[in-house]
Amino acid sequence: MIEVRGLSKRYGAKIAVNNLSFDVEPGKVTGFLGPNGAGKTTTMRLILGLDYPDAGTVAIHGKQYAHLAYPMREVGALLDAKAVHGGRSAYNHLLCLAQTNNLPKRRVGEVLELVGLTEVARKRTKGFSLGMGQRLGIAGTLLGDPAVLMFDEPVNGLDPEGILWIRNLMKALAAEGRTIFVSSHLMSEMENTADHLIVIGRGQLLADCTMDEFIARSSGQTVRVVTPQSDQLIKAVTGAGGSVHSDGAAAGADGALIVSGLVAAQVGDLAFEHGVRLHELTVVRASLEAAFMELTADSVEYRAEGQGGQAPGPGQPPEPGEAPTQEQLATHGQGGI
Amino acid sequence: MATTTQPARPKVLPEPHGRAGFGGTLRSEFTKIRSVRSTYWTLLVLLAVSIGIGAAICAGTAANWSQTSAADRVTFDATQVSVAGLFYLGQLVIVVLGAIVLTAEYSTGMIRTSLTAMPRRVTIYAAKGLVFAVVALVVTLAAAFISFFLGQSLLASTHASATLSQPGVLRAVVGSALYVTLVGLFAFAAGAIFRHTAATITSIIGLLFVIPILAHLLPSSWYQDLARWLPDAAGTAITTTVAGQNPHLFSPWGQFSVFAIYTAILLVVGGILFRKRDA
Repeated sequence: MIEVRGLSKRYGAKIAVNNLSFDVEPGKVTGFLGPNGAGKTTTMRLILGLDYPDAGTVAIHGKQYAHLAYPMREVGALLDAKAVHGGRSAYNHLLCLAQTNNLPKRRVGEVLELVGLTEVARKRTKGFSLGMGQRLGIAGTLLGDPAVLMFDEPVNGLDPEGILWIRNLMKALAAEGRTIFVSSHLMSEMENTADHLIVIGRGQLLADCTMDEFIARSSGQTVRVVTPQSDQLIKAVTGAGGSVHSDGAAAGADGALIVSGLVAAQVGDLAFEHGVRLHELTVVRASLEAAFMELTADSVEYRAEGQGGQAPGPGQPPEPGEAPTQEQLATHGQGGI
Repeated sequence: MATTTQPARPKVLPEPHGRAGFGGTLRSEFTKIRSVRSTYWTLLVLLAVSIGIGAAICAGTAANWSQTSAADRVTFDATQVSVAGLFYLGQLVIVVLGAIVLTAEYSTGMIRTSLTAMPRRVTIYAAKGLVFAVVALVVTLAAAFISFFLGQSLLASTHASATLSQPGVLRAVVGSALYVTLVGLFAFAAGAIFRHTAATITSIIGLLFVIPILAHLLPSSWYQDLARWLPDAAGTAITTTVAGQNPHLFSPWGQFSVFAIYTAILLVVGGILFRKRDA
């Protein structure tokens, strides 16, 4: 259990984390999402006491990280796999970490075996590939067999095989009942692994909900309809309490309508009652990636000029059920690896 | 509560008791220092430079002894000359090792991993300093005694060579090692302040070598008042076994204490900054 309360941190004039509060609950995978520069790494550094907060507190099992009796037995954290001395062998790197927490020497061999680095244990780590470095970092987090594991962007830069390995490992660790707190700037990485989501942007909390809630909230119940009798259908739909957009981009050349506020069955029934012929009736679920981008659109730190028009500007929060753009539709159904 | 909501995992570790502390961190820091090649290279260079330069000076002195004036023979300090390689040049090398003990952790990023494993920073700082000091002292003592015995055997023909039983000689030999170790600790503390290898080494060399040279350019009455407060005076004083060489300095241990106090202050400042700053 990690309890973050009112956490704030400023670096010079830049506010990295602003009054952030959330809990990471035991026994599940909590995804920590936000665009680049949202403050994810800073938050993790503050949790571990690497940086000191300007305000707020963090408690791990009720204690400050620095006050835990054996920190590595309670929390295994990997913020940066490259944060090793390249001149030291994998074995000695892990040994010097294990010794600080009085962990038995045999544990070093065990975790090397676990991540598949036994054969290169005596090699200096400067020759390691990105994937091997990541495995070494993860081996370090497992030394103390901790109930809580924290990973910052663990799959960044890895090849598909490495991504798959980490994803399966996280699932296996969660299945053993461990708490896993993992950050990412990509929703697609979380779709299949996270139970709970904490979304931040510009250092502030944007969402703290279960994955199911996030899906329910974001799937937006929109229905795409193609009919030669548009005027009649629009009248029927608005009369029944729905709303219709014929957003050019989303509707395309076939003059499709995007209906929100009604489910597909209701639209179909209305059409039948009013004698409207339908050529297409499709449920459109915004992908999680689209929902995440919509949620964080206002808080993206750096954005190319041209993209500005697509995202809602400041002060114009996206309407619930707003029609997904063509691009968002394109990503629909592609899911994560 | 956290434990009851989770399914039990098979135990892979023995039950913990107490808390992670100084002992484990000390073992960890020893593993760190012995598991990188730079340690061995630096210490090898330290031994080679100290013993080699000391031997060269002694051999040269012996070769030119017949032309040495009577006055110079009276003030000739065979002990000091034999360990001069260590306390003049060996200190340059130990500055590098003392600095990188901590700054290499910053340049590689290892410090974040170290502080995550052991978040009690004063414990890490103290363990690092102690492990370095012990390693440095063992190697500099070896360098000092080898330099001394080799130097005296090379000076044997002059009949001016020293033995350990003569007054002040043991103090001078051990003191040269203590002084160089102290210089290393001075650099270690500076490393905690600058957190950057080049900045640390440059500023320490400036302090130990350049400032004394500049001080020589001052009017001699000023220099005489200032000399005893310069850090390098400790190395000269502690290795002096022939009286009347440096009337402006304190006694050997007194002069040594001046530098020891500087080092202690710098170690405390470094420790406070290491504890207080974001990693």
